[in-house]
Amino acid sequence: MKAQRLGAWIAIAIGAGYFVIPLLGTLEFSLRMRRGEYSFDAYQSVFSDIQFRETFGYSMLMALLTIIFGMLLVVPTAYWVRLRLPQVRPVVEFITLLPLVIPAIVIVFGYLRLYNSSSILPLTGSTSGTNALLMFSYMTLSLPYMYRAVDTAMRAIDVRTLTEAAESLGAKWPTILFRCIFPNVMSGVLSGSFITFAIVMGEFTMAALLNRPAFGPYLQLVGANKAYEPSALAVIAFAITWLSMGLIQLVSRFQKSAPAKA
Amino acid sequence: MAFLTLTNIQKSFGPVQVVHNFNMGINKGEFVSFLGPSGCGKTTILRMIAGFETPSGGSIVIDGKDQGALKPNQRNIGMVFQAYALFPNMNVHDNVAFGLKVAGAQKTEIDQRVKQMLGLIKLEHLADRFPYQLSGGQQQRVALARALAVKPQVLLLDEPLSALDAKIRVSLREEIRQIQQQLGITTVFVTHDQEEALSISDRIVVMNAGHADQIGTPFEIYNTPATRFVASFVGTLNIIEGKVADPASGAVTIGGQRISLKGPVAGMKGGDSISLALRPEAGSIAEGAKGDTALLGEVVATSFLGSVIRTKLRVGNDIISFDTFNDPGLTPPVSGENVTLRFAAKDLLVIRE
Repeated sequence: MKAQRLGAWIAIAIGAGYFVIPLLGTLEFSLRMRRGEYSFDAYQSVFSDIQFRETFGYSMLMALLTIIFGMLLVVPTAYWVRLRLPQVRPVVEFITLLPLVIPAIVIVFGYLRLYNSSSILPLTGSTSGTNALLMFSYMTLSLPYMYRAVDTAMRAIDVRTLTEAAESLGAKWPTILFRCIFPNVMSGVLSGSFITFAIVMGEFTMAALLNRPAFGPYLQLVGANKAYEPSALAVIAFAITWLSMGLIQLVSRFQKSAPAKA
Repeated sequence: MAFLTLTNIQKSFGPVQVVHNFNMGINKGEFVSFLGPSGCGKTTILRMIAGFETPSGGSIVIDGKDQGALKPNQRNIGMVFQAYALFPNMNVHDNVAFGLKVAGAQKTEIDQRVKQMLGLIKLEHLADRFPYQLSGGQQQRVALARALAVKPQVLLLDEPLSALDAKIRVSLREEIRQIQQQLGITTVFVTHDQEEALSISDRIVVMNAGHADQIGTPFEIYNTPATRFVASFVGTLNIIEGKVADPASGAVTIGGQRISLKGPVAGMKGGDSISLALRPEAGSIAEGAKGDTALLGEVVATSFLGSVIRTKLRVGNDIISFDTFNDPGLTPPVSGENVTLRFAAKDLLVIRE
């Protein structure tokens, strides 16, 4: 019994070491920009870089738009599938899983063929069109996570009965969706949003191939040309991801539904 | 003229017809219960009245207005669900106020009405609580207040007590009935619990496989069941198989013993099989028991049920149960004992299929 427990602790220690040691190494390296002492020079250099601020701001905006449009697409879809079209659930689930199976580079090449400047819908013909295309690409990438998070939240409430209760009280569809359903799946929506945020902030392939000034390509650029700053950026990127994960935990704790007492 | 009229209502789900030509008129202020086992179509009828299901045929008229073209949110019908269906993101006040807000009522009017409704269900002190902070009984009372707040023309209750424990179920059903009588609101209540239906209804509709087997007052349903199904579903009932001896005089034989029914047996001839029903409380084996009819039988089992003792008696091939009030001074009959069961001929009912 004791040997088993010791074995488990050793396995955990190896796993934790595998995860933590490279991170600590990266953190330590990012602090060694000044010769002979630890400093935040690398971070200072990153934050003072105008390109960092531009790309970071651009990706933040893209993440925000992706979340808003993603919510507007996913919440009504998941709601409708649950309420009226349960028979198409396997099809919708399959579609939402496709971005996990099809590599991002294949998706973006598909988009470039479909929406290039000589196509019927020439989105890549203008900056705003390309930005929109990039946002829709991010929506596609985040679809598996967003859909599942929202669908799981909907499973926790009785969507059908709540809808019928609201209808019997005179409510119309927009009221039902935005006042009765949406607030009750907010934890799922926010979970999906934070994952989307983390994905968008680190995404490289689509932004690079669509030639947009996003944070992912900037990370790659800095990594190829500088020594300490890439480590500082890696730590910043991890911090963003962890912050998102922490917020997901926080949001799920504040949900106002608990099992009813009989 | 009835306030709520259901005419030739039919409903099919694919090839399966779940409601067959249902007809009924419900008067204003009446409390009608739909009683039946799962899958008999009672909830489907309720949902058609609410507008959540579209009838395959027939019409639903409320206060002279055909509801066919109206959506659920246009019908002004209050509904209480088995699963409470309170909005988890709103507190009690906001839940009750929801329908009024949707209708565009003024804030002062909303506050006044919510206060009035919470007073009606005696939960004014819980106005700020969220549904998850309430017990099941409290949640269902809030759901009732929410449904009544919009002053609906009809109140629909879809098994509202099923999820509650026995004690709360009894107190809440009495509260529902009291509120219904106080407001005089036309109410349709769906339940599979016969005791619930018998205790609070003005009339009961006993549903069986999409048909209304019987519509009547609780007294009529219990004492004069129209079909074998009603007889067996409502209360405990002995179904006794007999043979017609003389249809004109109402003479029948049970286990070879000849007895007389209260009247002639119509549409039958001598030797035909006949199903008869007798309530357990209608018979007695006590010394000097009243009753113009007697059957000899052998005691096969005795069960103690608290306030009553149920004795099973073999008469020919039939087993007849009858109840006697528990009296500590009396010795219950023992198995194998031969006794005489006495009852009034009027309590022995002819049952049709």
